[in-house]
Amino acid sequence: MEQRGTRVALGIWTALVVLFLWIPLALIAVYAFNKSNVQSWPIPAFSTHWFHAAWTSEVRTSLWLSVRVGLIATGIALVLGSMAAFGVARFSFFGRDAISFLLVLPIALPGIVTGIALNSAFVTGHINLSQWTIVVGHATFCVVIVYNNVLARLRRSSPSLLEASADLGADGWQTFRFVVWPVLSTALVAGGLLAFALSFDEVIVTTFTAGSQNTIPLLILGYIRLGQQLPVVNVIAFAMIVLTTIPVLLAQRLMRDTGVLRRSAGNVTEAVESAQVTAV
Amino acid sequence: MIRIRRAHVLAAAFAAALCVPAVSAGSGSGLPTSVGPGEGQLNLIAWEGYTQPQWVKPFEKATGCQVHAKYAGSSDEMVTLMRQGGGTQYDGVSASGDASLRLIYGHDVAAVNPALIPDWKNFIPALKSPPHNTVKGVHYGISLQWGPNTLLYNTKLVKPAPTSWSSIYSPKYKGKVTVPDNPIQIADAALYLSKAQPSLKITDPYELTSTQFNAAINLLKKQKPLIKKYWALASDEIDLFKNGDAVIGASWPYQTNTLQAAKVPVKDEIPKEGATGWADTWMISAHAKHPNCMYKWIAWVSTPKVQAQQAIYFGETPANPKACPIMNKLSPGSAAQYHCGASASYFNSIKFWKTPIATCDNGQNACMDYTKWQQAWTQLKG
Amino acid sequence: MATSLDAAEGLSHRPPGRPARAARLRLSGLFWRHSWAKALLLLAPPLLAFILVYLASLAALFISSFWTIDPFTSELKHVWNVDNYRTLWQTGAYHSIALRTIGIAAAVTLTDAILAFPLGYFMARIASGRSRAFIFVAVLLPLWSSYLVRVYIWRLILDDKGVLNWALEKVGLPAANLGYSNWAVWLIFTYVWLPFMILPVYGALERIPDSYIEASRDLGAGGWTTFRRVLLPLALPGVVAGSIFTFSLTLGDYVTPLLAGGASSQFIGNVVYDAINTQQTPFAAAFAAVPLAVMGVYLLIARKLGAFEAL
Repeated sequence: MEQRGTRVALGIWTALVVLFLWIPLALIAVYAFNKSNVQSWPIPAFSTHWFHAAWTSEVRTSLWLSVRVGLIATGIALVLGSMAAFGVARFSFFGRDAISFLLVLPIALPGIVTGIALNSAFVTGHINLSQWTIVVGHATFCVVIVYNNVLARLRRSSPSLLEASADLGADGWQTFRFVVWPVLSTALVAGGLLAFALSFDEVIVTTFTAGSQNTIPLLILGYIRLGQQLPVVNVIAFAMIVLTTIPVLLAQRLMRDTGVLRRSAGNVTEAVESAQVTAV
Repeated sequence: MIRIRRAHVLAAAFAAALCVPAVSAGSGSGLPTSVGPGEGQLNLIAWEGYTQPQWVKPFEKATGCQVHAKYAGSSDEMVTLMRQGGGTQYDGVSASGDASLRLIYGHDVAAVNPALIPDWKNFIPALKSPPHNTVKGVHYGISLQWGPNTLLYNTKLVKPAPTSWSSIYSPKYKGKVTVPDNPIQIADAALYLSKAQPSLKITDPYELTSTQFNAAINLLKKQKPLIKKYWALASDEIDLFKNGDAVIGASWPYQTNTLQAAKVPVKDEIPKEGATGWADTWMISAHAKHPNCMYKWIAWVSTPKVQAQQAIYFGETPANPKACPIMNKLSPGSAAQYHCGASASYFNSIKFWKTPIATCDNGQNACMDYTKWQQAWTQLKG
Repeated sequence: MATSLDAAEGLSHRPPGRPARAARLRLSGLFWRHSWAKALLLLAPPLLAFILVYLASLAALFISSFWTIDPFTSELKHVWNVDNYRTLWQTGAYHSIALRTIGIAAAVTLTDAILAFPLGYFMARIASGRSRAFIFVAVLLPLWSSYLVRVYIWRLILDDKGVLNWALEKVGLPAANLGYSNWAVWLIFTYVWLPFMILPVYGALERIPDSYIEASRDLGAGGWTTFRRVLLPLALPGVVAGSIFTFSLTLGDYVTPLLAGGASSQFIGNVVYDAINTQQTPFAAAFAAVPLAVMGVYLLIARKLGAFEAL
């Protein structure tokens, strides 16, 4: 459809951007094998010593805390986010726009504002900073991610599906199991994965809501401050990239749109519907 | 609205109830007379390099107190951290002299009984009851170590070797200078001016009238175009020197040790105008959850061996002079290098960090308080 | 399909006294008739949690911007005043910090949009299924490596003796003096937030039906005109949605300027962070109102441009 020259040019641009994204990551991997603990270039000597040095109890505790916080915050987000998305998508009422606007705030507002607001609230309420305050901080933006994903999916699906299910005699639970869940499942998985990723890597809000415990990003910040074990930091980052390849591949398969919507030229109604959605 | 307030009150009451057992151990009616069994955990706020596994692991083994350290890069951060969660978050802090008084007057730290620290009686006299941790005869902490803020330079690229602080204020090394990102740096500028511009009559670099203060700020403004980066983390300065972005700057001995270990040609020194410095104290939180572990920790780091280990690692001077021979055993010549057992005159030549307050030494209220220092520093960086 | 039909048929044959299902049906009917009840049940928990936790603490924070602190003990004093805002308004240094923050945020957004759009187009409309999957994973994976480590590696790349200068030297070009400067900060932000811009742009471009492009060609428009008058307007919501991320994430960040900035690279976030660390909460809250106001305006504009549907 496009001219050959345009396709080639766009392909080259894409390749360059992907290279731009990946060269620093490749360097992180290379530095993970740096023998010296002071980072410089070119690397004087290589060693795998840091891989063993990285697996300390401190790293394990932080990893486990990050996973726990991520799972709980994502769980809360999945429930609250879908509920809110349903409420906003399927009902029209006074103040709906305001609610929609409010629910974008945690992502749109600078993390430091969320962080210091929650910190002040905890300090004033004499609430100890702990794993649960971290969860609260993370849940605020995780809810937004899930909410947006589910809302987008609900907007693309027809509301009459629920009515049809009821017409056919299904009760609320059956409708949920046989109609709602299949439509939503991939949106929930995609939203959940993205929310977990954000929570796992979050540092600014966590700085203000964590007590004496460290999540992985806080631990990394501590190591960067100390300057004595910087290759450990690179090892952790390298390990995270390698380990998360599988969940990301999974996410891609789930979020994949085979392009049926776009390529079926005769499917005018759906095209109009989707155009209305994007143009509103 | 009512809902929030009630929850507020309930939460506060609940937290207050939790605090009661901890309070009885530390402050309040009287000092503890003995150290009970360890509580199994210890949460500390420390400078980078103060809780190395070298001396933490033996402590954990001997007492069963698992140590969790949160690093802070400035005294301000330490004060903030100590106040989190109503003060129950951390058990102790290695506060420098410019944070300790703020913590004492803010009722964040408890009085300590020096008799419970066996090595305290061996400390150098100047650090047994110094004014930055002892108020009206009551001790609020036990001195730890002390050291100077040094002039660090690359021996290959900075020739001849500098002898004065003027080298970081002159355009000779424009774009390759680095100084700490800390409002207390204004005192360093004031210290230099006390010798370079005697007409200003600066006697104490932490007590500056507005004329003296403005002169220091002007000097720092002239310095700004020379600065590559204001280092906030020790590792920042290490990276700057290692990778050639800076060749001269103000530093701690910790950076010198790390760079020299990585074979970077650097040296540090105290220039002829003298230096500012820091004297650190381990203080116990007024609401510490693990006070026994804290006492055990303080006793441990006051022993000669640990004092020597920490002094060599960080590049500072122990408060316990019995550590000097051990330092020489671990690293020959280190005792002299880090002024272990130095004379009182050397100690007095260092202008230790302390919180600037509005009341000058002469009793008048004409000096600039720390809030003004902080604001001026932020505005200077711009 | 068969399942629900069977269920429907089964309903009429079920013994009348089946209590659980009958109760559920009655409940469903109730919610159907009083849909507001269902809406309330769905929206109440998330909204309450949100209002109680998030909005209340935000409100409390901004109320404290009208108070002061005791200079020595740093305790919060409930003395109402506008000194903090007056200081912000009158001191030139804070103006330049705010302008720098907003300026770099805008520059980062623009750069990311320019980088992302052709890639999104390629991914959505030209690439085959497998290439698309590959590019998708390639774009998404960097989000999973630590943000801090990515910033730190860029610092190493841009160092005076870092990878970039080493490479430039090998090709005979003069060394770039990018390390520890606002250029470095702009570059790093562009790098770190790029995936956040690519995803919504790709989503928006993917949803444009082929028939639109074909119709545009049929009506005689060349490639550039089609791009300008058909593609760009339809993809704009996606670009704006992505820009919400890049703009707000840059606006509120303090870590990158702290690690990789130079002597004059303070962001609003750094001043707020320093103020919080020195217990000057009222001043921090006052300065934090600036990015809040900027984002408020930005979001209003974004909503008008339809970005919320494209998030």
